[in-house]
Amino acid sequence: MHNPRLIGFLLVAPALVAVGALFVYPLGFSVASAFTSKEGVATLGNFYRAFELYSVDIAFTLVIVGVSTLICGAFAIAIGGYLTLGENPRAVAILKWLYRWPLFIPFIVAAQCMRTFVAKNGLMNNTLVATGILEPIQTTSLLDWRGIVITFVWKQTPFVALLVAGAMASLDRSTIEAARNLGAGRLRILIEIVTPQVLPTLVVALILSFVTMMSVLSVPIMISGESPTMMTVDMAFRINAYGDYGTANALGVLSYLMTGAVAWIYLRRGMREGGRP
Amino acid sequence: MSAIGWIPRGIILGLFAFAIFGPLANLALWAAAEQWYFPFKLPVVYGLKFWYQVFKPSSDALKSLGTSVVIALLTVAVSLALAIPAGYALARLSLPFRGLIMLAFLLPQAFPSVAVYINVARIFYSFGLNGTTMGVVLVHAVHGLVFAVWIAAAAFAAVDRDLELAARNIGAGALRAFFTVTLPLAAPGIVASAIFVFLESLDEFTGTFFVGVPDVTTLPLLMFTASVAGNYQIAAITALILLIPSVGFMLFVERFLKADVLSKVGA
Repeated sequence: MHNPRLIGFLLVAPALVAVGALFVYPLGFSVASAFTSKEGVATLGNFYRAFELYSVDIAFTLVIVGVSTLICGAFAIAIGGYLTLGENPRAVAILKWLYRWPLFIPFIVAAQCMRTFVAKNGLMNNTLVATGILEPIQTTSLLDWRGIVITFVWKQTPFVALLVAGAMASLDRSTIEAARNLGAGRLRILIEIVTPQVLPTLVVALILSFVTMMSVLSVPIMISGESPTMMTVDMAFRINAYGDYGTANALGVLSYLMTGAVAWIYLRRGMREGGRP
Repeated sequence: MSAIGWIPRGIILGLFAFAIFGPLANLALWAAAEQWYFPFKLPVVYGLKFWYQVFKPSSDALKSLGTSVVIALLTVAVSLALAIPAGYALARLSLPFRGLIMLAFLLPQAFPSVAVYINVARIFYSFGLNGTTMGVVLVHAVHGLVFAVWIAAAAFAAVDRDLELAARNIGAGALRAFFTVTLPLAAPGIVASAIFVFLESLDEFTGTFFVGVPDVTTLPLLMFTASVAGNYQIAAITALILLIPSVGFMLFVERFLKADVLSKVGA
């Protein structure tokens, strides 16, 4: 009992075994199953079927998650930027209090809120009509891929903004003050000085959000269950309606590849710059 | 200047507040509505009829709230039992491949999980774990393990090593020093991780959707069923029940997770 390495390993082992048995093994199982036919023969047939049936949804998944990620990033920079550079302390305090509300709200609750809010007769359209911005005839339901994007942005922006604002707050203020003394406007300071310095934090937050959004089943099912929708809905449908594990797993492998590609771009950028990712 | 400055500022903050609170207000209205149909812009009849329906003894909603809480508590127990020893070892003992081990716990959050849960359900089926509380607890525990292990490791790393050595010097054994000095000092961080894991489990939908069927109905699953069936009042009330702990945690998170621990998370 005097070998600290052995003791350390024994203490970590149960947790590692749990991740291995309950995550890594099923992950490998899903990859293997994607390349295997019902008869147990190696095949690419599952991928052909996935593309044949769901190529529209595969493209929409990328568009929905990609657009949501970019909007989250833009809002997060705007929020973090105002919290860092804002000159009116009361407005900064109000924004700080406001933006965090959706942070811990479950996706499924966010989906239920939006399912009513952005509907044709939802509170959003009703308010726009009541204030005279829209005519009743102009209102449309956003319960399609746009509704999914709105829900994702609403739910995920606070997370990205929290991390970005934290990184901005710990920046060295002297470069900002120097630029301000040279007469640079606040927007220019935000874009040219502050944002480049918090880019690593921003990218990490956006990649985590990308993976999170790729994994969500409740939002696409509840906002827009019909095509075009997201691959997660199609996977659930293949299983629940047909017990078709092959096609579902082929879609799963495609979703791993999408997140893998995003992570790879990030890692490559980190290595090219010679720094730690 | 300052008075004029408040006009654009006020408009932007007002729009932002509408975007944040509008969806929540719509949910609250549905929770308080007894009748609400087109073309009325606000509920036609307000009332608590559906609240009685949700909170009457033996209701499905109360039963699934109980199921959710039991599963969340068991999930906390399982993940702390795994995370406390692992976190201590990662913080204090010299482990080979420490960075890789830390990353391994991130895996369940780093891959899109729907396809994984489909296959967990398939594997659990052969062990008879499908549709059991234990099966759902295991799925939730592994998903929350990254918070539990990383925060526990950060909490142990923030404990002053000299205090442990002092206890050892006056004759305490390694285990005694751990339970009387290190663990109590790391407790606030570990409580924070427990709250994280509890909330993750309480709100979890996808894993329960595949592994819990048909026998385990947690509150998110009940909410989903009610919403898809068009029963917006029941869905809104159960959604509000799920909101309370989430928003409460958002307001108090900084009190649980002190900066000295936060700065060491993932390090």
